[in-house]
Amino acid sequence: MEKQKCEGCNGKDPKMQEILETYKQDKSNLIQILNEVQEYYGYVPEKAQLAISEYLDIPMAEIYGVVTFYSRFTLKPKGKYHIAVCLGTACFVKGSEQVLERAKQRLGIDVGETTKDGKFSLEATRCIGACGLAPVFTVNDEVYGKATVKMMDEIIDKIMENPE
Amino acid sequence: MVNLTINGRNVEVEEGTTILEAAKKINIDIPTLCFLKDVNEIGDCRMCVVEVEGRRGFATSCIQKVEEGMVVKTNTPAVIEARRIVLDLILSNHDRECLTCTRNGTCELQKLAQEFYVDEIKYQGERNRHEIDDISPAIVRDFNKCILCRRCVATCKKVQGIGAIDCTERGFQSTVSTYKNKSLNDVNCTFCGQCIEACPVGALKEKDGTVAVWNALKDEDKYVVVQTAPAVRVALGEEFGMEIGTNVQGKMVSSLKQMGFDKVFDTNTGADFTIVEEGNEFLSRFQNSGTLPMITSCSPGWVRYMELNYPELIPNLSTCKSPHQMFGALIKSYYAEKMNIDPSKIFVVSVMPCIAKKFERTRDDMQGAGYDDVDSVITTRELARMIKQAHIDFVNLEDAEFDDPMGEATGAAAIFGTTGGVMEAALRTVQEKVTGNHFEKLEYEEIRGQKGIKRATLNMNGTEVKVVVASGLKNAQIIMNEIKEGKADYQFVEIMACPGGCVMGGGQPIRTSKERANIDIRAKRANALYTIDEKSTIRKSHENPVLKKIYEEYLGQPGGHKSHELLHTSYIEREKYKLDN
Amino acid sequence: MKTLEEINKIREEKRKELDLRVNVGASTHEKHILVCHGTGCTSSKSPKIIENFKKIIQEKNIENVRVIQTGCFGLCAKGPIVIIRPEDVFYAMVKPEDCEEIIEKHIQNGEIVQRLLCKDVDNTTVKQLDELNFYKKQKRIALKNCGVIDPENIEEYIAFDGYKALEKVLFNMTADEVIEEITNSGLRGRGGAGFPTGKKWSFTKMAKGEQKYVVCNADEGDPGAFMDRSILEGDPHCVVEAMMIAGFAVGANKGYIYVRAEYPIAVKRFQKAIDSAKEYGILGKNIWNTGFDFDLEVRLGAGAFVCGEETALLESIEGRRGQPRLKPPFPANEGLFGKPTLINNVETYANITKIILNGAEWYSSIGTEKSKGTKVFALGGNVNNTGLVEVPMGVTLREIVFDIGGGIPNGREFKAAQTGGPSGGCITAEHLDTPIDYESLQAIGSMMGSGGLIVMDDSKCMVNLAKFYLGFTVDESCGKCTPCRIGTKRLLELLTKITEGNGEDGDIEKLERLCSNIQKASVCGLGQTAPNPVLSTIKYFREEYREHIDHKQCRAGECKALMKLHIDSELCKGCGLCKRNCPVDAISGEVKQTHVIDEDKCIKCGTCINKCPFHAIKN
Repeated sequence: MEKQKCEGCNGKDPKMQEILETYKQDKSNLIQILNEVQEYYGYVPEKAQLAISEYLDIPMAEIYGVVTFYSRFTLKPKGKYHIAVCLGTACFVKGSEQVLERAKQRLGIDVGETTKDGKFSLEATRCIGACGLAPVFTVNDEVYGKATVKMMDEIIDKIMENPE
Repeated sequence: MVNLTINGRNVEVEEGTTILEAAKKINIDIPTLCFLKDVNEIGDCRMCVVEVEGRRGFATSCIQKVEEGMVVKTNTPAVIEARRIVLDLILSNHDRECLTCTRNGTCELQKLAQEFYVDEIKYQGERNRHEIDDISPAIVRDFNKCILCRRCVATCKKVQGIGAIDCTERGFQSTVSTYKNKSLNDVNCTFCGQCIEACPVGALKEKDGTVAVWNALKDEDKYVVVQTAPAVRVALGEEFGMEIGTNVQGKMVSSLKQMGFDKVFDTNTGADFTIVEEGNEFLSRFQNSGTLPMITSCSPGWVRYMELNYPELIPNLSTCKSPHQMFGALIKSYYAEKMNIDPSKIFVVSVMPCIAKKFERTRDDMQGAGYDDVDSVITTRELARMIKQAHIDFVNLEDAEFDDPMGEATGAAAIFGTTGGVMEAALRTVQEKVTGNHFEKLEYEEIRGQKGIKRATLNMNGTEVKVVVASGLKNAQIIMNEIKEGKADYQFVEIMACPGGCVMGGGQPIRTSKERANIDIRAKRANALYTIDEKSTIRKSHENPVLKKIYEEYLGQPGGHKSHELLHTSYIEREKYKLDN
Repeated sequence: MKTLEEINKIREEKRKELDLRVNVGASTHEKHILVCHGTGCTSSKSPKIIENFKKIIQEKNIENVRVIQTGCFGLCAKGPIVIIRPEDVFYAMVKPEDCEEIIEKHIQNGEIVQRLLCKDVDNTTVKQLDELNFYKKQKRIALKNCGVIDPENIEEYIAFDGYKALEKVLFNMTADEVIEEITNSGLRGRGGAGFPTGKKWSFTKMAKGEQKYVVCNADEGDPGAFMDRSILEGDPHCVVEAMMIAGFAVGANKGYIYVRAEYPIAVKRFQKAIDSAKEYGILGKNIWNTGFDFDLEVRLGAGAFVCGEETALLESIEGRRGQPRLKPPFPANEGLFGKPTLINNVETYANITKIILNGAEWYSSIGTEKSKGTKVFALGGNVNNTGLVEVPMGVTLREIVFDIGGGIPNGREFKAAQTGGPSGGCITAEHLDTPIDYESLQAIGSMMGSGGLIVMDDSKCMVNLAKFYLGFTVDESCGKCTPCRIGTKRLLELLTKITEGNGEDGDIEKLERLCSNIQKASVCGLGQTAPNPVLSTIKYFREEYREHIDHKQCRAGECKALMKLHIDSELCKGCGLCKRNCPVDAISGEVKQTHVIDEDKCIKCGTCINKCPFHAIKN
């Protein structure tokens, strides 16, 4: 899904408001709301955190504590192409580390970073449950199984060639 | 009742008692670190682990409740080894610059390391490094020293209801942090300083004011005046090993004089001014249908809290400055004129039990006489530090008296330092004004004591006044919500940011978690103030002859033009969080 | 809304209609094309296969053929999997472009597409799924419906005894009888620790409190484990039904399922299951006029392994950081929102309906003395048949790895298997005949765990493996207690030191001492079990540790820093390929002369090893 840009999303941002209003003003909904925000914007924008803080009456430090605790939440937008290499045991045993190394090398970024042009971001993920196809990586929602360094190269090349 | 065995000795305790408490009962001490009674009971440091027969792992004695027939061992070699490794691990990720640490000698971690004779860090490794936050005027946060006990987090969140700091990240990267690790200055922190009181190590401390004070004392051009708050004198002695609740006013004044201050005045006199001004303001609101309830404004942590959280209630806040600010303004105006001193050369130092006063001093509209009312605020702890630096034999000092003409104060002013004290002092004055005659009631038991919220309806010759007293910001929040939602019809509200009031302020001597669990520190310090009041010959602020004189000679009427200029201030709405974009 | 009578009618009719799913060769003019739509096959384009089948069938206007998306069949290594019923023909590794051929040949002409049939490890071609060695020793209880029904169709679930157990419980049993049945079955928690399920239920029932909760732990996090996900994807209703039964038994009318957000298909299917159950009047108020209310809600996890720990999970449902609580109090007394709460994992729930319908006696007849029933394992790593297997307790590791798993690929040797993921330990060849049950695995220093079973061949370094697991634990530690927060980090640092060739005498003892402390002093299960991979590899492969420390050697060749590459002069022909390909010019030598590697320059990238046609470059 194309991630939405969060421009000045705050309590008045209609989408943010819509997300909030589907939930009761109950502190236990924090993670549910954050999941939706992450899903919609591709990250958890600062102003969204403020809107949640006001809506659920939770201090910002606590929200920040929750956001930084769970690895699914990110504070910065991910790249247009988000590459996640699985480092689950099955994949690790089958050499996913080299595939990840290759991606790092090619993109010149470390895990958790986004390239300057915003095109790529890289993540080392926990088991995504496609162990039968190990090693695997994903680009956005697409899964690539039985991955090799060569496959990573080809996919990066393909995206890079794409003028858009 | 539950019967159990600890280290081979039988003990009978009530159901619901923790192993730690049960052991204490038979004088078996179990070391703790993250534990802070009633505040932080999370069992995460693992210092208090003990063996319980029949259990696989260790039990957490600070939390786990006793069970019938339980067999506990608190000091087996395995337990001691576990505690030593825990200390080893904590120290391996700790900035061990102990000699230059503000808590050198009072650090709970240091003490444990000594007791367990940790002579070598066996598990050295990577250490987390963090920038020190010293941007705010009040609190310095040095995460390099943090041991993640979370006592500060629990204090900020559970006791004060603020949540300016919380645990962030996870695993080895875990930190105690503000929102996005911003400075405390840029988030919803009120600078109450209760976190400092909770910290077992030197990760949180006040912003130092002593250097500025020494520099002023060094400067021959400066006329350095010091004033001391009511609560300082009943706690300062603790820094010199004296009993909690000892009134050391005389020795304190003596030591200040020895250090070379030109004048040593009593903030209590300032407190009397506050009562007269505030009493007058209340009466005027009460009688002229002004905004009610009126809320006291002498606790700067509370004022900041309100500006951050309840800006719509700002009209309810008394416009009176806090005692030391009023007093500073008077020193730079009335006193300067009277003594013919250039006010620009006067340097006013306030010794306060409070951290937020450091911030208050820097507020706008705190320049009554055209100069900063107060030039430096130091805490009780910092004063003790200066006395030690000067190598004064504090305990054996002769008593001395505050200087004239601003050293005379009433019993009403003394009790300012405890929760309910401001209200009681104000009522002594207000009741008399309302009823028009000399009113005999002095002691208001209904608003004394250490409860967080105290409500009372007072009958003043047929006129009912509903008052409420709250201390601790979480309690304040309850009252503010009542007011905001129109559920309460109070006329007069006293709030102090620190639970128990100024005697428990963030600038007071830090007591260990064990002392906090076993001694009623609040009551001891507060009782010392009530004793001062009891023994005072004048116990109502408006009867203070110094005030009478200054109003006559200089200020005119309470609430008059000059008073407003010098003794009153204004408030602003503050953003809770400074966002990046 | 449907009445109970209507539900029973649906069951009867649907069962007849779907008979071909379970009866091989059933006489019917219908054909069902079952396509696996689990995460594994989905990632190799099974949705496209379904789409293609449907399109072709429509275009060709073929009647009496239905395409069904099912849950996981288990043999992920051979995915995407397509099965055609009633003849039960099993096509492996199907590509979207194969659909046309299958339709034309098989469906229209009754001719099997030979080239798409699956080859077993011994290279024999297999027509039916059950003929595979992979399936022969399996016994499917928890996974009974996976691969049989369309998980998104409640009526298909109902057809195969769905919600019959609930009916039995609500109309013919008391809460105590239900608990007794579960207790007698001998079922133990499948999440890892193996606590007797019946006991847990009875504790929750006995706890005082008006409001109680039932929670399903679907925060499957062990790397390499995907049993729970497959159950939720393949048979979500069986978990809904079991949670309702549990609710009835313990006196709870509200349930939560905590699922990883990384499992989008499972989340979607489970939500769909809840919605359909509500629509059919199965979930809700006064169910079937019995006065029993039950409501179910999905809560998403957000990527924290520790939330699989039950108290951390509760914290997370309550919207906080997933930091475990100290026990006691146990959730049965003070759980979600401080109320008595029953927490079981997905696989545990997946056994409930079967126990209720077939009886405790039937269930307890399967397995070993102390471990009853079956266990689902996610078989992965260096083994031929990776995938999901369900075996009776007591089966040996050897049977799983060699009979079901088809042994080790590439002619390599079995070295060890890891059960219990980062909380477990390794099992060596000498223990291959250990029966798989809770006690036996614990006795050899491992644990059942949630069901991840990773096989390792002799190319794996055990020190590096311990390092890998510790790296995981360090990442996933919540940071609450000192031993886990700092202790695991120090373990990882020590292991890194050893694998980088900086190990010193005494490091192994240092590891052991810290491990034992972390085990005893940590707050929760994550910390208490984190040292297991270190301790078990030290126990069984101490000499490998010693080699790393004393001789700076890694026999598996995995620890790069310890690689010392040299060229065997006997084998080197002096072709120069290695020299030309070395990225740092570390190799020198004249043509047709033995080449030499400059150790100071060498960065141990291994390029030369791969390039040398004569296998002359040795470690």
